[in-house]
Amino acid sequence: MNRTFKLDWLVLLIYFLLVIFGITNIYSSTFDANQPEVFNLSRSIGKQVVFFIISLAAGIFILSAPTKVFERFASIIYLVIIILLIGLYPFGSTISGARSWYNLGGIGFQPAEFAKVAVSLAIAKLLSEIQIDIRLFKSLVQIVLIIALPMVLIILQPDAGSALVFGAFLFVLFREGLPTSYILIAAGLIFFFILTLVAPLPFVYVSIIFVIISLYFFSKKVNKKVHFMPYVISLILTCGYVYSVDYIFNDIFEQRHRDRFNIVLGKEVDTQGIGYNLNQSKIAIGSGGWEGKGFLQGTQTKGGFVPEQHTDYIFSTIGEEWGFVGSAGVVLLFSFLILRILSRAEVQKNKFSRIYAYSVASIIFVHFFVNIGMSIGLVPTIGIPLPFISYGGSSLLAFTILIFIYLNLDANRLNEANF
Amino acid sequence: MRIFLLRVITILMASVFLYRLLDLQVVNTSYQALSENNAVLEIAEYPERGFIYDRNGKLLVANQPAYDVMIIPENVSPFDTLSFCELTDVSKKRLIYNLKKARRYSKRLPSVVVNQISKETYAKLQEQMWKFEGFFIQKKSLREYQIKNGANVLGYVSEVNNNDLKKDDYYRLGEIIGRQGVEKSYENHLRGTKGKRFLQKDRFNRILGPYKEGNYDIIPTPAKNIKLTLDSDLQAYGEKLMQNKRGGIVAIEPATGEVLALVNAPSYDPSILVGRKRTNNYRKLANDTLAKPLFDRGLLAQYPPGSPFKTLNALIALQEEAITPKTKHRCNRGHYYARGAFMECHCRRGTRNDLLSAIYKSCNTYFSHTYKAIIEKYPTPEEGVDQWKEHLKSFGLGNYLGYDLSIGRPGHVPGAAYYNRAYNNGGWKAPTIISNAIGQGEILTTPIQLANFTAAIANRGFYYTPHFVKEIEGDSIQQKFTKKFTSIDPQHFDVVIDGMHKVVERGTARIARIRGIEVCGKTGTAENFTRIDGERKQLTDHSIFVAFAPKENPQIAIAVFIENGYWGARWAAPIASLMIEDYLNGEVKRVRLEKRMVEGSLESEYLKPISGELFKINE
Repeated sequence: MNRTFKLDWLVLLIYFLLVIFGITNIYSSTFDANQPEVFNLSRSIGKQVVFFIISLAAGIFILSAPTKVFERFASIIYLVIIILLIGLYPFGSTISGARSWYNLGGIGFQPAEFAKVAVSLAIAKLLSEIQIDIRLFKSLVQIVLIIALPMVLIILQPDAGSALVFGAFLFVLFREGLPTSYILIAAGLIFFFILTLVAPLPFVYVSIIFVIISLYFFSKKVNKKVHFMPYVISLILTCGYVYSVDYIFNDIFEQRHRDRFNIVLGKEVDTQGIGYNLNQSKIAIGSGGWEGKGFLQGTQTKGGFVPEQHTDYIFSTIGEEWGFVGSAGVVLLFSFLILRILSRAEVQKNKFSRIYAYSVASIIFVHFFVNIGMSIGLVPTIGIPLPFISYGGSSLLAFTILIFIYLNLDANRLNEANF
Repeated sequence: MRIFLLRVITILMASVFLYRLLDLQVVNTSYQALSENNAVLEIAEYPERGFIYDRNGKLLVANQPAYDVMIIPENVSPFDTLSFCELTDVSKKRLIYNLKKARRYSKRLPSVVVNQISKETYAKLQEQMWKFEGFFIQKKSLREYQIKNGANVLGYVSEVNNNDLKKDDYYRLGEIIGRQGVEKSYENHLRGTKGKRFLQKDRFNRILGPYKEGNYDIIPTPAKNIKLTLDSDLQAYGEKLMQNKRGGIVAIEPATGEVLALVNAPSYDPSILVGRKRTNNYRKLANDTLAKPLFDRGLLAQYPPGSPFKTLNALIALQEEAITPKTKHRCNRGHYYARGAFMECHCRRGTRNDLLSAIYKSCNTYFSHTYKAIIEKYPTPEEGVDQWKEHLKSFGLGNYLGYDLSIGRPGHVPGAAYYNRAYNNGGWKAPTIISNAIGQGEILTTPIQLANFTAAIANRGFYYTPHFVKEIEGDSIQQKFTKKFTSIDPQHFDVVIDGMHKVVERGTARIARIRGIEVCGKTGTAENFTRIDGERKQLTDHSIFVAFAPKENPQIAIAVFIENGYWGARWAAPIASLMIEDYLNGEVKRVRLEKRMVEGSLESEYLKPISGELFKINE
């Protein structure tokens, strides 16, 4: 079995391009003329290179593993991750207000990053089981629980950004036949979520009553036999949801979380305070021009004007130093990567591989959309990394694992086709 | 449809992102400027200000390092204020005030706490700097004067003010500009052109290093050293002779127009306008409204020239053929120039003077007749006086001379238009304006104009515009100051020069005789007035002397004018003579005369008008 020659080479190539370009930009973002060397473990660049090497080792290990392993161990992996997430409460360490990290001798380990892999495997396994039908309420409850459990644990850290990524599974569920009404309900929940944040609470309640009564009479016109009770229940549930959103936002979230939402929702415009990051990021990207200022030449980058520039705002370094050519290139690479995985997902022979591949594409899409959208001011400031590019060992390793499991599953299809 | 949703969304979002990036990075260019404001600091690089040398290559003005003690408030930790105050010689109150001010200005940017500490203090402080965290010493450059004189010619530098900023957009706040003297006239050469350095800064305004490896930097153009025409020894000697007197000396090299000395008395040491005491010292000088040390008399004092002016009238009369050297006039201790109007003269009754003797005896009568002859040669007095004025203008009188210092006065030569205004169109004739014959009346000259026409006489009919700078770093600037011919033909000068020679040999200025040098000169006195309690009051005459030497191939032409010195021969002539001796012989043998001049004081004379008591003049 000559598996290695039957890889999805294109995805692998894009992976390498993104990671190496990422390391280049981390080097530039954290450049210090006094310590210009790359292999310096006390600096971000050195750590990232080490994580890249570890990631490659993990990748080779995953590629060489038998394909069945992933489906078989999906549940165990999921359980381990849930335990790790719960374990954060007694054992985790707090960095910038969120208890998201295990401190392993100076190296941070962030289980939330790996939860994406675990949930992807778990969902793929669950949905590929014969007795599960996504259109059935019973199955749906199982699915929602699998997604919601890590999500809630992560929200409570609190790390709303990482939790939000699990929204990516909506795309997967939709692809797998989730009825449109559920999507509409989800859309409605998102609508009321935003409304709760921007409008006074009584107004939101009035709107809910108005919408649900309108829906009731609309349905009655179409179909005479409409029950009254489901509408009452949904009214109560929605009001409860809005109340809890309000409670979480005002009582569980910290001011910095609220600020981030407020800025993008247009409630606060303040370029010196909390809007400073976004403003500086836009200046950095905007000053790049066609070709950028050149490697290590970004003045915004060198001056450290953009906070978190090597992590969440790495795209501003790319925009400044590599200009439109570089930043558009990154956007195109991500789009190709997502589209490639999506189209390969559709030709997988078994359901597990297809759903897993679809999850990978969805997760990468959400990260890509939120991170770059945030850097250029189209999406609220939500602190999630740009996959493969942002500084962060857990993130790089988790995304490497995510991609390499896909490569393994896909390679299995290719190689089986040969026999 | 379900299969394609995420693909469609991906393509859609990628398109939105690309459009947004195109707009941010390519279409909208305002972000470039924003990022430059953010991250690039432009600082000026100054070339060292040019040195000033005298005509013999002696260094007069150089630069000295000065040291400002600076702080960055956020880096300061508690320190021993007492020892700091002792080291830097500042009061504790002042220190605390400056620290507060710096903190208010910026916590991260440097501010000056103690400015311009001396080299000695710097050396002491440098050893102890480790005790004062957040402090550092910044070097800057100040003028250093190697001599104690010539302040009026050298001028001084100071920080630019709002007017300078408005006038010339080269300057920025806090920069240095030449204020007076050659520092001002040759500012562009002495300062060079500043360069620019672009630095990368971070979000705390801290400097990270050069911006783009310094590719955009502009290298400053070095300043040029200049060589003055001044002879600093002669200048120093002049100032020594003038101590305790008020007045001016202008010495010119006739062959070139180079100013050898421009003495103003009282003067001051140029070094006092440098450093920490500058403001106080300047205020003291500017507030001295009696002695006026900042008033450069050699260039600015306008007075009637008195008797030296007779030499010019003689030349004009000869040129106009109104007289010949043989023309004689009788003097009876004066004469009636109009009915009931008598002009006194100190010639003995019944003296018959020809031109030569009239010059060395300074006969008022003779020159009245001569002047009348000039005016009356023409059909109307208007034409006569205007013709006379034209001749004077060719000697550089009645207008700015065009020398290379920024201050000056035109003096005054009255013409027909002036007298028509004064006498309501007509009704004036030669006798009306007869004072012009002897250099009194409406005519006004400055000492440098006196020296200049003396040089023109010495040259027998031409002069070079006087100037103070000989070379700008190797380039001679002689060609900028052109040769100007007077309207008098050369042959007419001999008799006047002979007359001036006799003035020294046998006339009024015998005291100016120098053994072995043929000195030509002419004494003068100028009446002057002041106002005391609104009443016009005459003061003791100014003592004036013009001279050149040697008679053949003259090396120096000089004008000396001593406020309230009375006779020309009392102060001005001996001082001029000593200057000539010193310049031509390199030493002065007439020690007793020198001693008398150096020690002589006119302070008591200057106290008279402010004493509030009645006083006598011309004692």
